Amino acid sequence: MSLGRQDVKTVEAFEVTKGAASKPEIEPRLRADGITVGYDQRIISKDLDVSIPAGSFTVIVGPNACGKSTLLRALSRLLAPSSGQVVLDGKLISSYPAKEVSRRLGLLPQTSIAPDGIRVADLVARGRYPHQKLFQHWSRRDEAAVIRAMEATATTEISHRLVDELSGGQSQRVWVAMVLAQETPLILLDEPTTFLDVAHQMEILELFRTLNKDGDRTLVAVLHDLNQASRYASHMIAMQDGQIVAQGPPKTVITAELVEDVFNLPCLIIDDPVTGTPLVIPRVSRT
Amino acid sequence: MTMQIDRVGGRTNGTVDFGRSHFIWRRTDLASTRVPVRSVVVCGVLALVAFGVTLISLSTGDFDVSVAEAARALFGTASSQVELVVTQWRLPRVLLALVLGGALGVSGAIFQSITRNPLGSPDIIGFNVGAYTGAIAVIMLLRGNYLQIAGGALAGGLLTAFAVYLLAFKKGVQGFRLIIVGIAVSALLGSVNTWMLIKADLMWAMSAAVWGAGSLNETSWTQFYPVLALTLLLVALALALATRMQLLEMGDDAARSLGVRAEPARVSLVVVGVALTAVATAAAGPIAFVSLAAPQLVRRLTKGAGIELLPSAFMGMVLLVASDLIAQRAFAPAQLPVGVVTVSLGGIYLVWLLAREARRRK
Repeated sequence: MSLGRQDVKTVEAFEVTKGAASKPEIEPRLRADGITVGYDQRIISKDLDVSIPAGSFTVIVGPNACGKSTLLRALSRLLAPSSGQVVLDGKLISSYPAKEVSRRLGLLPQTSIAPDGIRVADLVARGRYPHQKLFQHWSRRDEAAVIRAMEATATTEISHRLVDELSGGQSQRVWVAMVLAQETPLILLDEPTTFLDVAHQMEILELFRTLNKDGDRTLVAVLHDLNQASRYASHMIAMQDGQIVAQGPPKTVITAELVEDVFNLPCLIIDDPVTGTPLVIPRVSRT
Repeated sequence: MTMQIDRVGGRTNGTVDFGRSHFIWRRTDLASTRVPVRSVVVCGVLALVAFGVTLISLSTGDFDVSVAEAARALFGTASSQVELVVTQWRLPRVLLALVLGGALGVSGAIFQSITRNPLGSPDIIGFNVGAYTGAIAVIMLLRGNYLQIAGGALAGGLLTAFAVYLLAFKKGVQGFRLIIVGIAVSALLGSVNTWMLIKADLMWAMSAAVWGAGSLNETSWTQFYPVLALTLLLVALALALATRMQLLEMGDDAARSLGVRAEPARVSLVVVGVALTAVATAAAGPIAFVSLAAPQLVRRLTKGAGIELLPSAFMGMVLLVASDLIAQRAFAPAQLPVGVVTVSLGGIYLVWLLAREARRRK
């Protein structure tokens, strides 16, 4: 299922707009067709079309309560849309058995609870559940996947420790390791950098970039920091009031007009001196 | 086909350091499992303790039998008189204590796992009180026999559990709400019970009160086998759900993203947990404390992650069989109902638990 970088570029070139007339040549791994999602009677998003280009590092940005996390929950079948459909690898996501989805798509939820007294390796090993069968609970493949996941997240050294006693940065890496142990080609991350200090934020984003580039994994993340998003995203989706207002490469999405319009933040956009990606400099509106 | 058991611990190349030793067993590529050594040892030790207490119980009573003689009777090499006393009079009761203890231990483990709270055990969330309501109703209104009372208790307990679950339901069930609703419902039913007992004729009130104390006295073999069969079936179901139960402890989103269908899994667990307590309550009346304490005591011994089912079963066995021994011996020749012993122990334990929780939350 691996795609060359060249193909990825082709997909990116196709701006998937609402009711897209032009169909991308390469089927995106994950897409939502006209979904309406919400909680109880409250509709968050109506008739939303989204597609996640295969091989991309897609970042969803937008102000608080704009429906980013709701979209991610719908894409990962945690929330069933009241109309429309989510398509995973060419089939309706709801038509797969629950474990089959979990072998294709991993999710790092915003909040997870570490059970009392659990140790790092034990938690990471739980990511193997979708691959386990009735009598098969710790195969050599399971073990190898856990070892790889902990190596990738630099948690091997702390594998014997209690999760309760870890720092915020360490425990976030452990949760990421659990998702990696799932060995899914698609990974969805709901605000993975919240509660981390800036150094740990960069560390974990670098990890995601490596996974995306070297591991051929398609990543979708909800991020708050626009500059970080611009730096790491290969594809960006900007949302406002439950609707998508722009999508494409960061350079085309992050413009002064869009940031002012969507975030209500007057700003100046310059090139990031390190990476050349858009850098948002807020203006102080003082008269 | 090779069978291989290796003990993995410490930092060995190529293996995962889990921070504690595990038995790893793999048979070709089809079957494999990984069990913490400590949990296995705890189960073994608890089984030995349960066996020891069983022997002491078998040798205790009006007719003096030595522990060695009791053991011989079990293997059929004692005199026929001793064998009669041990295997016909005393054994059913002790075995029932073991089986029900196991059932209560597993039931408590399930509820504490679902509610993610050491207070979330079936005796706290109203099940016992509801079962008592059902039993009193049958005793008062139908003048029922043993089986009918058991049926009434079962119905009362199930209805209460169902009502608590529905009242606590709001887009799935949240642990803390379940506990609060359960405590409220049990307080309500408790006053209903008192009212019914006050209204009743003295004789029927007495027999209801005796049932309500929870007792294993006068257990016979005919009573034992159906309880054993049901309990084994339910514990097997619980074990089949064990992995899903552990994943649910991480929160619904995490469990669902790993492929667990959260709400069906939880409902199955609730049904199995309620059924286990129901079997125990129908057979012996309400017995408190075992479900509350067993999973937590196990956690202190195994130092494992979350709640463990099988060790909780063994701990439940030890607790109930030991409580029953105390009930028989403490004021001998007077026989206490085992429920009185467990309630007293449970009271002390609950005070300690609440104090500790309160300190931890600060």
